[in-house]
Amino acid sequence: MTKRSPTTRPRPAPRAATAALAGGALLLTAACGGGGGGDGEVTLTIDTFGVMGYEALIERFEEEHGIQVEERNVTDVADYTPQLQQNIASGSGAGDVVAIEEANIAQFMLQKEAFVDLAEHGAADLEENFLDWKWDQGTAPDGRIVGLGTDIGGLGMCYDTELFAEAGLPTDREEVGELWPTWDEYAATGEEFTEADTGAAFMSTIQPLFRVVTAQAGGEPFQNTEGDLVIEDTPSTREAYDTVTGMSGLSAALPIWSEEWNAAIQDNAFATMPCPAWMLGHIENTAGEAGEGRWDVAAVPGGGGNWGGSFLAVPAQSEHPEEAAALAEFLTSPEGQLSAWEEANTLPSSPEALESAEVTEFTRPYFNDAPVGAIFGATAMELEPVYYGPDTQAVDDAFRAALESVEQGQATADEGWDTAVSGSERAAG
Amino acid sequence: MTAASRAPQDARRGTDRAARLRAALDTKAAPYAFIAPFFLLFGVFGLFPLLYTAWVSLHDWSLIGGNEGFIGLENYRVLLGDAKFWNALLNTLGIFAIAVVPQLLAALLLADGLNRIVRGRGLFQIALIIPYVTSIAAMAIVFSTLFGTEYGMVNQVLGVFGIDPVNWRGGRLSSWAAIAVMVDWRWTGYNTLIYLAAMQAVPKDLYEAAALDGASALRRFWRITVPMMRPTILFTVIISTIGQMQLFTEPAVFDTGGAMAGGTQGQYQTVMMLVFQEAFRYGDYGYGSAVSWVLFLVIVVLGLINVLLTGRIKGAS
Repeated sequence: MTKRSPTTRPRPAPRAATAALAGGALLLTAACGGGGGGDGEVTLTIDTFGVMGYEALIERFEEEHGIQVEERNVTDVADYTPQLQQNIASGSGAGDVVAIEEANIAQFMLQKEAFVDLAEHGAADLEENFLDWKWDQGTAPDGRIVGLGTDIGGLGMCYDTELFAEAGLPTDREEVGELWPTWDEYAATGEEFTEADTGAAFMSTIQPLFRVVTAQAGGEPFQNTEGDLVIEDTPSTREAYDTVTGMSGLSAALPIWSEEWNAAIQDNAFATMPCPAWMLGHIENTAGEAGEGRWDVAAVPGGGGNWGGSFLAVPAQSEHPEEAAALAEFLTSPEGQLSAWEEANTLPSSPEALESAEVTEFTRPYFNDAPVGAIFGATAMELEPVYYGPDTQAVDDAFRAALESVEQGQATADEGWDTAVSGSERAAG
Repeated sequence: MTAASRAPQDARRGTDRAARLRAALDTKAAPYAFIAPFFLLFGVFGLFPLLYTAWVSLHDWSLIGGNEGFIGLENYRVLLGDAKFWNALLNTLGIFAIAVVPQLLAALLLADGLNRIVRGRGLFQIALIIPYVTSIAAMAIVFSTLFGTEYGMVNQVLGVFGIDPVNWRGGRLSSWAAIAVMVDWRWTGYNTLIYLAAMQAVPKDLYEAAALDGASALRRFWRITVPMMRPTILFTVIISTIGQMQLFTEPAVFDTGGAMAGGTQGQYQTVMMLVFQEAFRYGDYGYGSAVSWVLFLVIVVLGLINVLLTGRIKGAS
């Protein structure tokens, strides 16, 4: 049919309307994505990262309170924290209870009004449930209780018994611990290990050691409580840097958490690694069955220390602050922390839980039945409190890059220091 | 003509007018209505963020503090003296140069080869486009593993030839090369198919005439194929420029650690990585916005240079 008649021709108006409608419909669908239905029952969401060990606890809480709890877990804290920051800043999207990592707590402390003061929900009486420094980290100077401590990162030094035997070093964890009461002696052991020429490096990277050594010194390694950078005013920070960069020659120079680093764990390419409690699970999962019995845990050089650990907080944007606070208090109670310890080996921040037989007598079969509860618990008790300022993330990034450039031979230790300091100033200034 | 017969005529004239109006609406308004959804969405997700970013860039604006006041061009002043920005721009341009130039040349040659193949061309075309349809992040993860220092396959192969392991992430050129390989892996096939389509549109009689005149295959390629494809080549150059100046995923995945630092000394931190680092890692939205606006301007300038250069070449030939 070539002739077009007005009757068969579609009318223009509906056509235009359809097009406009289609556009509108698209926008509508986009707008409706965020909504949620309420059926009268209270449902709490809890945002967590890594492995918190809360499965059994959440089930118990649900039974006892008749409240549904949904756990939203992100594996990597580096992905988790920026998202949480945005949800807190924008005032919506965060869970009713959120986990906050130690390195980020100060940054959220700056926005303490965005969080429920847990003291209003009975948390003020719970101080004795936590190690002093852990309690202080979660409490604002004005007494507002922002975060309740969950786990801590008590330290041990993991070592590969087969590589140690090959290098003619002792393999018994007591004797190994006696090799290195100080970091200098640890470095000397490293020299001895390297001379034995096993083909493996003494350590994977110096970067995590810096975190450990600065933490052991305590105080304010990077920023003071006013938020000023004090890196160059704190002698212990430069000392830690020098101690650590002095060991560059003992390192395999593999960036932590990289694919290469994981491959090196499987390949037994390095002999020691500072091990916070939560690192054991990573070694076990990465090295797999082949690594069972190879790794053991000894005392860490330099005495106590802590690397990581978290807090639970209730954002003020929560619609159920009362119930959310109850959940946070339940999960961080000594019994709650013990349950998490049993489920995921996250070291409790509660002295009562730390001293309980469940922790002190706990051994980990994968690590030659090492009494990891006792080893980690001891370092946590003797810890110097550390203050991590609001720009810790940026400072940590700057030092990490600098330390890696030194151990990979791209910069001297002095050049690395200057880069790290100027990088920190740039980010924090 | 009587009054009685006039009335229906008027009525008919009325419907005629309505029909004409409808027809006018149909041709004039309908096209706008059809493209409206795109522009609505572009307005919401393209233009508004663009303008809002410009607004944010004129403020001291952080994630935690929010808008902390108008500071005019202060962010831009800081940016001009910021070694990290210039380093990122150098990296972006460097990776662009060593990735895009070989990529487009290879695409041109591949397209020419495909144009000659008669049997199984479809199969080759599919093979070429497969890298483009794979997930960019998955591809970058695989390549990052290949370029590992200790356990990477590339170094193992180099070892067979007695070459010492290369710390791909450690050096500026080595990291650029590794990232350029990822970029080319993904985009060469895509550009090849575009070139192939353009090549097939070149009239065959031109080749026949040239062949009769005794022009060699190489001469025909450079003297007929390439000039006839100039608009297409310009298109791919501009698209590649826009895409490569915003290079992000490949170097970000290649990086170890997630700080968006682009290596221990920023060897391969691109401008987009710097934007991400400033805005989303350190929460400095004002500065991050300023960097992204300067990047936008750089892309516009590069696009204009492209057009200008191509115009020159056209004028000269």
